[in-house]
Amino acid sequence: MSAAAKNLPDERGRFGPYGGRYVPETLMAPLEELERGYAAARIDAAFAQRLDDLLHNFAGRPTPLQFAERLTAHLGGPRIYLKREDLLHTGAHKINNCLGQGLLAERMGKRRIIAETGAGQHGVATATVAARLGLECVVYMGTEDMERQRLNVFRMRLLGAEVVGVDAGSRTLKDAISEAMRDWVTNVRSTHYLLGSVLGPHPYPAMVRDFHKVIGIEAREQILRAEGRLPDLLVACVGGGSNAIGLFHAFIGDESVRMLGVEAGGRGHGLGEHAARLAAAAGYAGARPGVLHGTYTYILQTPEGQIATTHSVSAGLDYAAVGPEHAWLAKERRAEYTAVDDDAAVDAARTLARIEGIIPALESAHSLAELIRRAPQMSLDQVVIANVSGRGDKDMDILARYL
Amino acid sequence: MSETPQAATSTPESQAQTRIGRRFAELRRAGELGLVAYITAGDPSLAATREIVLAAADAGADVIELGVPFSDPVADGPVIQRASERALRAGTTLAAVIDLVADLRRSTEVPLVLFSYFYPILQIGLGDFALRTAQVGADGVLATDLTPEEATEYRQVLRAAGLDTIFLAAPTTPDERLARIAAVSSGFLYLISRTGVTGQRDQLPEDLTALVSRVRRSTALPLAVGFGLSQPEHLRALVGKVEAAVVGSALVSEIERAESGAAAAQAVAARIRSLKSGSHGR
Repeated sequence: MSAAAKNLPDERGRFGPYGGRYVPETLMAPLEELERGYAAARIDAAFAQRLDDLLHNFAGRPTPLQFAERLTAHLGGPRIYLKREDLLHTGAHKINNCLGQGLLAERMGKRRIIAETGAGQHGVATATVAARLGLECVVYMGTEDMERQRLNVFRMRLLGAEVVGVDAGSRTLKDAISEAMRDWVTNVRSTHYLLGSVLGPHPYPAMVRDFHKVIGIEAREQILRAEGRLPDLLVACVGGGSNAIGLFHAFIGDESVRMLGVEAGGRGHGLGEHAARLAAAAGYAGARPGVLHGTYTYILQTPEGQIATTHSVSAGLDYAAVGPEHAWLAKERRAEYTAVDDDAAVDAARTLARIEGIIPALESAHSLAELIRRAPQMSLDQVVIANVSGRGDKDMDILARYL
Repeated sequence: MSETPQAATSTPESQAQTRIGRRFAELRRAGELGLVAYITAGDPSLAATREIVLAAADAGADVIELGVPFSDPVADGPVIQRASERALRAGTTLAAVIDLVADLRRSTEVPLVLFSYFYPILQIGLGDFALRTAQVGADGVLATDLTPEEATEYRQVLRAAGLDTIFLAAPTTPDERLARIAAVSSGFLYLISRTGVTGQRDQLPEDLTALVSRVRRSTALPLAVGFGLSQPEHLRALVGKVEAAVVGSALVSEIERAESGAAAAQAVAARIRSLKSGSHGR
């Protein structure tokens, strides 16, 4: 991978062949406005200072890089470090991006924020930032997800956000994104769409990545301090892929560092049973390049080109498309992608709870499950960083069924 | 896509060559506002769509847009979303819609436009899609989520096959983009009347006249205004200002309410005759 690779996307929003901007014409002007607004904010020292202050004093950055002493001993393999994004305000890495985009919306004079949410973590983080900045907030959520994640619906409402149920299609994240895009197309002049992952039309995949890069920048400094060297492996779960890109990005130029993304293997390898878009090598069917929600990337689809339904025990990974930068990292073989199934993820959550005293989100538990599987084959002097992207409080109803 | 099909026998830049261009020339001579009728193909079945299209053409629709159903129609309001779901439940695919065009061409010369999200087109492959679509006698294609920036190859391949490429302009489109959109469009330019999704509204937006004159400065192409039009008086207000009105959700609602394919065809035809009564401005 060349040094230029780190400067992607290109000016058309492409990571190699992936990415781009496939939207109805009405959204082109606001996307160009957003691109300009973001470019201006990036070179504005006052913006950076305000964001740093909120990340530090409101969200709780930097997060620890914790040596997982007992898990390391338990697995008998590499030295395992956990990047504790679960300790952030609102309980997941999502707040990094919400603070960045919230400040950007404010800077661009948009007083109304809309967002989609699946598990509710991004919705809660958006509602939190909107409250902190005094912005109006509407969150779209599939009615199926509202049922699964009722607690997060209450949290958003308590924070003053309006939660709008989406009763179309599969009534999950995909449909919430579609409905948020419809709201944006209607209210473009007053509204900022605070998209929650490294998905969607340019500039979202690059901008959301940039707001999460802090995860890897911190982790890189922390591991150099703790171990005096770079890690051998990074592990993170991949739904849209924001926490993974956030961890990976600072290490992309470090060729000795391997990067592993873990998708949702759900309950089987057939189309409709999983949400594994890049783990074809692991036998998961149905993903091909296509266009969904404004970006060209790998998508789970029917032979006729309709978007397929997906399944995962974890609502945050339950989506048919993957961020275009991940598609590109996979194509370039800079990162490796695999998937673990529902049961392995739940087991990993239990293991981490009992051995390290950390209840991870079911999303994050996917990356830990793959780490638990691989660690015994790695050597004792190797070093691994796993991203605990969120905490598991929201998943207690599901975890309780396995107790 | 590396090669461009060599099927072009027409000169694509000259709009009078397609059925769409010829129909707009006729409308101009008659001083009449054209009616572009949108119908979701396969709602409730492709057989019903065939009857509805023939009835609509018979009732005076000047151009018919066949909507290709898609699982995630982000630009559409609830009426067309529901129509897409019904069509997908009936097993409608883009390939089957192209076959329907072949069938329709045995019975009618009404200009036919395929109205699709980009994804299903991409799945067939641009080259195959363009060749088959042109071969069966469709006249143009509109891809809802494709803007000039992402459409270089799409436009080349479709135009080489003799198909009109229709693009959208919106109230949010700045002047420099309008010029870019006009430069890649043929047949007509579809002007979105308001920010928002498809669906019926009571009134035309107040700033429509200003929007139309802004677009006029960028193009000599016929303008078709759509989104929210449903009543004869909406059309009457457009006579002499633009070349055509696009009506979609109002017709799809008729189909949704009808109890059979035959009843849907009758209801759509009646609605089109009523709408056309507004198209002479008197």
